[in-house]
Amino acid sequence: MGLENLFLGFQIAFTPFNLFIAVLGITLGTVIGVLPGLGGANGVAILLPLTFTMPPTSAIILLTSIYWGALFGGAITSVLFNIPGEPWSVATTFDGYPLARQGQGGQALTAAFTSSFVGALFSIVLITFFAPLLAEIALKFGPPEFFAIQLLTFSSFVGLGGGNPLKSLVSILLGFILATVGLDIVTGQLRLTFGFTDLMKGFDFIVAVIGLFGIGEILLSVEEGLQFRGATTRMNLRVVLDTWKILPRYWRTFVRGSVIGFWMGFKPGGATPASFMSYAFAKRFSRHPERFGKGELEGIVAPETAAHAAGVAAMLPMITLGIPGSPTAAVMLGGLIIWGLQPGPMLFKENPDFVWGLIASMYTGNVIGVLMVLAFVPFFAAILKIPFAILTPLIVVVCAIGSYAVHNSMIDIWYMLVFGVIGYVFKKLDYPLAPLVLALVLGDLAENALRQSLIMSQGSLAIFVTRPIAGVITALAVFFFALPLLTPWWRRLRGVPSPPPVPRET
Amino acid sequence: MRAADLVTAGALMLVAGVVIVDAARLGIGWGTDGPKSGFFPFWLALLMGAVSAVTFGRALARRRQRPFVSRAQLGPVLKVIWPAAALVVVTQFVGLYVASALYTGFYMRWIGRHRWGTVVGLSVGIAVAAFLLFEKWFLVPMPKGPLEAWLGH
Repeated sequence: MGLENLFLGFQIAFTPFNLFIAVLGITLGTVIGVLPGLGGANGVAILLPLTFTMPPTSAIILLTSIYWGALFGGAITSVLFNIPGEPWSVATTFDGYPLARQGQGGQALTAAFTSSFVGALFSIVLITFFAPLLAEIALKFGPPEFFAIQLLTFSSFVGLGGGNPLKSLVSILLGFILATVGLDIVTGQLRLTFGFTDLMKGFDFIVAVIGLFGIGEILLSVEEGLQFRGATTRMNLRVVLDTWKILPRYWRTFVRGSVIGFWMGFKPGGATPASFMSYAFAKRFSRHPERFGKGELEGIVAPETAAHAAGVAAMLPMITLGIPGSPTAAVMLGGLIIWGLQPGPMLFKENPDFVWGLIASMYTGNVIGVLMVLAFVPFFAAILKIPFAILTPLIVVVCAIGSYAVHNSMIDIWYMLVFGVIGYVFKKLDYPLAPLVLALVLGDLAENALRQSLIMSQGSLAIFVTRPIAGVITALAVFFFALPLLTPWWRRLRGVPSPPPVPRET
Repeated sequence: MRAADLVTAGALMLVAGVVIVDAARLGIGWGTDGPKSGFFPFWLALLMGAVSAVTFGRALARRRQRPFVSRAQLGPVLKVIWPAAALVVVTQFVGLYVASALYTGFYMRWIGRHRWGTVVGLSVGIAVAAFLLFEKWFLVPMPKGPLEAWLGH
């Protein structure tokens, strides 16, 4: 069914230029993933302005390759430096760092990269088959359905994101409010500008991402002192091959992790819970649960497989529905709009070469990625040996350049700094940043969907409940919004103790 | 943490208030062709204000625990923030490349105590590399100042 399309995609992904772009993206992405303060989301945001003049397919291949690279790079810092680059790498540090301390860093990294690859591949295969079907269904959606899906997206942050649900809700609302600043294109009126011309352009999500995730992250990490520290590793072909001989033993963990990752991952905010859930399951079913936390290889396989399956699955709603499943996917969605593409189900009809080139590049990108990181780990790990006093100003300058490049305006660099401080404060007070960014990106789309729905129904909110598909989705969204209220009640009823808190998704 | 929670929730309620006032100016009801401009922001802000009020109340009811940021933590954080702010201010006068060279150099000498030779070499080298990368290769113009003008850019 989709195979001839996939073949077409591979013809695009395998052109020398696109392969070069993939290698470049993975190199940059891994460096970005290793560097503190630069993760997938703001790495993609900083480089987005450089893609404005590229063909869209090459541009998306560059950005997704950066994403894969950043995911692999995060594993390097978790294992060698005990610094989880991303929240979903937290579970990887439990057994990864002890292994590295015991001199088994090479084995730990090989297991981490291989698991990431397996998890990613599983999700890509599912995307290949499910994406066209989902897009086909989504083609029948009208504005009420799209608004209901937006509700569902944000409700899962409140219901499943962990942490304080009220603060999650505030982050979402603040993101939507920031999105309304500037010119209202429907009525032509200026909103929330208070006579300042600088506010007329509104707040660009790229600048917000760079500030919140980049500058904010640096401020958080320097609290422990102005330096980075870590362990060393030896990595060679022998270690890789020896580890690969052991890994098939954990096939059950691979399967379980992939399924958990994909299932949790295509809903927003799913990667972190997926990695923890997979780790907990692996420990539960293991014959040696006491070894977990002290350097058990299976304790790396489980969370890494799930986290990457989830990271890739986050792309599924982005290409089929136009709803990103993660902050990085949100930045890519913003890119799609800038390159002149309409995100959503029409992509499969109007730009099949783009969609299938993207899907095919997921296969090539991950194959290239796993081989590159396995080969060049010592090089990437050496980046963290650069003295703090050189690395930090360099990251700040790169962030400033990225913010300025969006609109060639100085005010954006100031916004970046302000967002950096907001990011620092919010993160310390447990206000999640991911829903804020998603709301900022989706604000206009959500408002338009709401307006069109209300015009269809002459102002009645009942339209979100009475149309069958919208009704089901809205009901599900309401359920997720209410979940934080229902859970304690349900637990008391059954006498189940509350589980330990899971660190929330950024 | 309690004080920071109170201040943040208070600030968010203030923002909500400002948004509601502006939404009321634009009209929050039904216009000739659908909801008016203030409709969406009004409900968002109303909800955000209400939720923040709950957060505020909860923080108020809580007893004081560890501080939001300890004195030992605040030092390094400020040592990142104010040089970065200085970078932006200086950029407005001399352009991004010169400002980033000054900034990197200052930081390397002040925090890292690197030798002067390393400081000058690296900071100038990074600025020149950035110039070549963005102005020449990617053709993304950055703010430029008198030095670039003197050099003919």
